Amino acid sequence: MTTETVIRIENLRFQRGDRVIFDDVTLDIPEGKITAIMGPSGTGKTTLLKLIAGQLVPDSGSVTVYDKNVHKLSRSQLYVLRSRMGMLFQSGALLTDLNVFENVAFPIREHTDLPEDLIELIVKLKLQAVGLRGALELMPSELSGGMSRRVALARAIALDPDMVFYDEPFVGQDPITMGILVSLIKKLNQSLKLTSVVVSHDVKEVLSIADFACVISEGRIVAQGTPEELLASDSEYVKQFLRGLPDGPVPFHYPATDYIEDLSC
Amino acid sequence: MLNYFHSLLFTMGKVTLGVASSVGRGALFVASLVPALPYAFTRIDLLVKQVYFSGVLSLPIILTAGLFVGMVLSLQGYNVLVDYNSEEAVGTMTALSLLRELGPVVTALLFAGRAGSALTAEIGLMRSTEQTSALEMMAVDPLKFIFVPRLVGAIIALPMLSMMFIGMGIFGGYLVAVGWLGVDDGAFWSQMHAHVDWKDDVVNGMIKSVAFAVLVSIIALFQGQDAIPTSEGVSRATTRTVVHASLGVLGLDFVLTALMFN
Repeated sequence: MTTETVIRIENLRFQRGDRVIFDDVTLDIPEGKITAIMGPSGTGKTTLLKLIAGQLVPDSGSVTVYDKNVHKLSRSQLYVLRSRMGMLFQSGALLTDLNVFENVAFPIREHTDLPEDLIELIVKLKLQAVGLRGALELMPSELSGGMSRRVALARAIALDPDMVFYDEPFVGQDPITMGILVSLIKKLNQSLKLTSVVVSHDVKEVLSIADFACVISEGRIVAQGTPEELLASDSEYVKQFLRGLPDGPVPFHYPATDYIEDLSC
Repeated sequence: MLNYFHSLLFTMGKVTLGVASSVGRGALFVASLVPALPYAFTRIDLLVKQVYFSGVLSLPIILTAGLFVGMVLSLQGYNVLVDYNSEEAVGTMTALSLLRELGPVVTALLFAGRAGSALTAEIGLMRSTEQTSALEMMAVDPLKFIFVPRLVGAIIALPMLSMMFIGMGIFGGYLVAVGWLGVDDGAFWSQMHAHVDWKDDVVNGMIKSVAFAVLVSIIALFQGQDAIPTSEGVSRATTRTVVHASLGVLGLDFVLTALMFN
């Protein structure tokens, strides 16, 4: 492993029932950079994050994080490793019975014995970073989708992790919120020196901040490189995906019998 | 005909495998829960919260039900006993019925309907909104943070609710027998005092209550954990909790009664 590679995925195979989600996937994620993992819906991008975080176990292959094989760690060792990770879930996944302040304070309370005034200071700093210091009394049900994700982001960085995983952070967001999230991910990555992994199919947004990107399709990595290299790719599939063309290697029509024959009955 | 048998066999096999798989998952769930039980007492704040949610918030329904059950028992008992000039025994009859059977059983059934269904729905929704995954990612074990406090909270709350149900039932019986039907006040209490045994009646009733608490809360927690994380999945799991827990309580009551009083 090179000194710059913090997450190494080697020959990963994972299937659900008969459906192969990943087949022989190999990928290196560099330290301190923003890596984008892209692909159409249903290709298993979120599953890949769960495999990296040890929430799912692969059928074969390995995931190594900080030179530790994630799936060979004991539960307590895995939890120690996870304390260096933060994850922003697609839904935000805030604890619904706690207000914004308590949600961000939650990991700090669970893992440290800091006095209450210090916890309050840290929580306010984190909420200030995502622009929601004024919302600390609100309950999750009172937040918009974008605000929920920003609170969840503040919670994800509450313990100053070394890496943050973003699961579809831009889905269903209005342009302003999307812009806020894009700049937040970039800003946090730079200021906290994080290793960021962003799973998304919002090509324009994610490529605007990524240092390195890969495209997944049908269980395999079909392209990887810098955003410029991907945009200049000759691959028909990569062109179709990045430009959002309705037809191409990924057909517009779901497999069906002959159209004319079907109508003639 | 052959097709019919084929389809019947297929359905039977599928149902059997489904049940066996569910029982297996349940057993694994219980096996993972047991070693984590001591953690409940390291987080008293979580435990107190759960005793409040499953116990204190169940009080109105338990007390109201207890009052009416006691009143009905007393009224029915009086109508039978009066024919034998034994109406003073109505206090004993009400107390024994409540202590040995109706108190623990009806409280557990009401608990399954109110607190059990709420536990399943809460955990099912936590899963569907990725809150349990988020806990795992924050290196917080959901088993210790969510499941164990709820299980131990129910084990503490249900026997206390059961005692309050019985107390309220005896009070309801007293109101009807002494206040309405004219049974002698002293005879009502002295007969009860003479015939109710601490170990046979009170302790055995509480043992039943603890056993029902374990059964109902494990079913509720497992159904929440095992629910398909969709609206329909959580709704089905909640229904399953009430049905399985209610039938389980009635079945277990028979077994415990046979062991204790036979």
